[in-house]
Amino acid sequence: MSTQKLFFAGSGGQGILLMGQMISYAAMSQDLETTFLPSYGPEMRGGTANCTVIVSDSTINCPLIFEADAVVVMNPPSLTRFESLVKPGGKIIINTSLVSERPTRTDIDVIEVPANELADELGNRRTANVIMYGALVAETGVVSQEGVEYALRKVFSGKKAKLLDLNMKAANIYKEKMGK
Amino acid sequence: MTEKVLMKGNEAFAEAAIRGGSRYYFGYPITPQSEIPEYMSKELPKWGGAFLQAESELAAINMAYGAAAAGGNVFISSSSPGIALMQEGLSFMCSAQVPCVILNVSRCGPGVGGIQPGQCDYYQATRGGGNGDYRIPVFAPDSIQSSIDILYEATDLAQKYRNPIMILADGMMGQMMEPVLMPEPKYVPTLEELPTARPWAVTGTAKGYRNVVKSLFMKPDELEVNVEKIFEKYDEAAKDLVRYETYNLEDAEVVFVAFGTLSRITREAMEILETKGIKAGLIRPISLWPFPAEAFEQINPKTKVVISNELSMGQMIDDVERCVKGRYPVRLIHRTGGIVPTSLEIVEKTMKILGEY
Amino acid sequence: MKQIFKYTEGMTSNTTHYCPGCTHGIAHRLIMEVLEEKGQLGTTLAVAPIGCSILSHQYMNVDMMESAHGRAPAIASAIRRVHPDKTIFTYQGDGDLASIGIAEIIHAAARGEKFTTFFINNGIYGMTGGQMAPTTLIGQRSTTSVDGRSKELTGMPLKVSEMIATLDGAVYVERVALNSPANVRKAKAAIRRAFDVQDKRLGFSFVEFLSTCPTNWGLTPVDATNWVKEKVMPYYPLGIYKQPEVEK
Repeated sequence: MSTQKLFFAGSGGQGILLMGQMISYAAMSQDLETTFLPSYGPEMRGGTANCTVIVSDSTINCPLIFEADAVVVMNPPSLTRFESLVKPGGKIIINTSLVSERPTRTDIDVIEVPANELADELGNRRTANVIMYGALVAETGVVSQEGVEYALRKVFSGKKAKLLDLNMKAANIYKEKMGK
Repeated sequence: MTEKVLMKGNEAFAEAAIRGGSRYYFGYPITPQSEIPEYMSKELPKWGGAFLQAESELAAINMAYGAAAAGGNVFISSSSPGIALMQEGLSFMCSAQVPCVILNVSRCGPGVGGIQPGQCDYYQATRGGGNGDYRIPVFAPDSIQSSIDILYEATDLAQKYRNPIMILADGMMGQMMEPVLMPEPKYVPTLEELPTARPWAVTGTAKGYRNVVKSLFMKPDELEVNVEKIFEKYDEAAKDLVRYETYNLEDAEVVFVAFGTLSRITREAMEILETKGIKAGLIRPISLWPFPAEAFEQINPKTKVVISNELSMGQMIDDVERCVKGRYPVRLIHRTGGIVPTSLEIVEKTMKILGEY
Repeated sequence: MKQIFKYTEGMTSNTTHYCPGCTHGIAHRLIMEVLEEKGQLGTTLAVAPIGCSILSHQYMNVDMMESAHGRAPAIASAIRRVHPDKTIFTYQGDGDLASIGIAEIIHAAARGEKFTTFFINNGIYGMTGGQMAPTTLIGQRSTTSVDGRSKELTGMPLKVSEMIATLDGAVYVERVALNSPANVRKAKAAIRRAFDVQDKRLGFSFVEFLSTCPTNWGLTPVDATNWVKEKVMPYYPLGIYKQPEVEK
């Protein structure tokens, strides 16, 4: 891997920015370069939320992207809006529990993750974003398993420490189900 | 802290200012930098400093003037329209020789404009909107780490020159996160040490003499002397504070000039241009005032065109033309309104311009 | 021989630039005498903004700052953050405090800032040549109300002490006048009480001085003091508008 450009899109409250931040934490723990760029402004409040994360083994010049190696889609409008951002041969990772449509493009790899159903299996629907995070890592290898766990420990600490075990399971559930 | 931490720009700016010695912050909420007052309200009391939410930017800049004139190390921040309201105070501080570090997490104007990143405060920063003859050294970092480095140094520079020092960042830098290294906190003079450390400050006549911090000089000859005195400092700053980076100037056929976030996007555009067989160079001014004129002497004679790349309708281009001195054609690539171009857009526009030479 | 008067060390030996009959000089001296008597001259920091008194640093023998128009309370609030142990005051005119600087004074008072503001109310812009101030009386002539201030056009004069007294952060508020020896003595007592409130860090303290501007009022100094008594004091009643509970 040299550089991976990732994009996360959904609506406010789905933990979109947290997914991106966890990738950056994981990358940092592996001494990789990383940038995390959220959308900001009125969009943050109730509307769409998205962020761009770049992970690289060399200096990252531009924190903005015009094409992504992988796009994570968490709601229907994001599919319509950001399908075109995936580079040819890239991946689009869709939470199929919430998005019934599928991409019209045929030159990209479509990964279907029923994240809410999987979350329900774990008994906590709020883990859907961590499940998607695990699926993204499993499909792209952007960071290591150690990195994934480091990020989870970073995010689920202090008052949230009691949620760590549950989210560790969530991060691994896609990999286990898919035998990856 | 010797370990890298992942920090949001605005919070990193605030922490770096504290570690650089700033202890007093006065501000009024404005997007996209409100995390800075939030951070300062939480952190400064732990360092023996103080945070005060001002009733307006007018009050904030004057609080800065007051605390700094009283010997405190002051850091303030705002965003473009707020900085506009502070211009009078900056003019006062320059004349009265009061140090301060001021950060503009800039957005796009004019008017209320928008909250997305912009560089259309270039004139405001480098020419100033306050009245009278004065200068403010302005630094434009291009990453969170380089922002930390300059903010860490800025308090010392402000105290050295007894003048405001401005950092011009943008909303994108304020909101993004990058892994950074935080430097060790610097020593800050205690209250007892202030009369010695800042002999010009108003700390009370018990120190043995009286200080007056002022900018009113009713007699023209006295005012002229004061202005000439502050310009002696600006002459020194114009030599000592010139900072810039250059890339590939030696064999470039097109030379970009870009600062801040946009310089990073420009560097990616240069990589794409190289795959198309086009050699591009970059001058990245770090100090916007003093503008790095000397960098333009390094442009090679085979260069076809110099392109000022800006997030405005073209403001820095005035300084670029001044430094190019007519030796090369100077063109503008720009977006405004808060739109940040992709590297691909810069490449396409560059190809079009190159087609004309 | 017994010395019965000594010029206060709180004042420099400079001759003031104030017009004959102007009461700035009296207010300056009273404040400085109180500080000297309290032994606080060496530990006082003062702020004087734009207006006739911007040059008061030439006369008041303490560390001082000039301020932008109206902003002295913001400056003093910040100085307090740096110097918790010093005596701090602002000295502001009515155009400065009641017009361009009304936000700063209200918010400093509301925050209960531990400094003292001395408010010189002469009902006119002196330095710029006699324009109408927010405190100019109805019917009073100025260079921007040549037929006398009209209520219909410009509303009623601001009663600043009354306004400040409504704020919880303001602990001591008094209006005094400088038009007679008796009132001058009362003014000095008010200054002392205001500084005492500051010394105890009880909150914001404020003293308004009904003052004269013979030059811009177009009156002789004597007529100006009579005008204060006959015209100004009825609209701006003297008295303590607020004081700490224990002192009532």
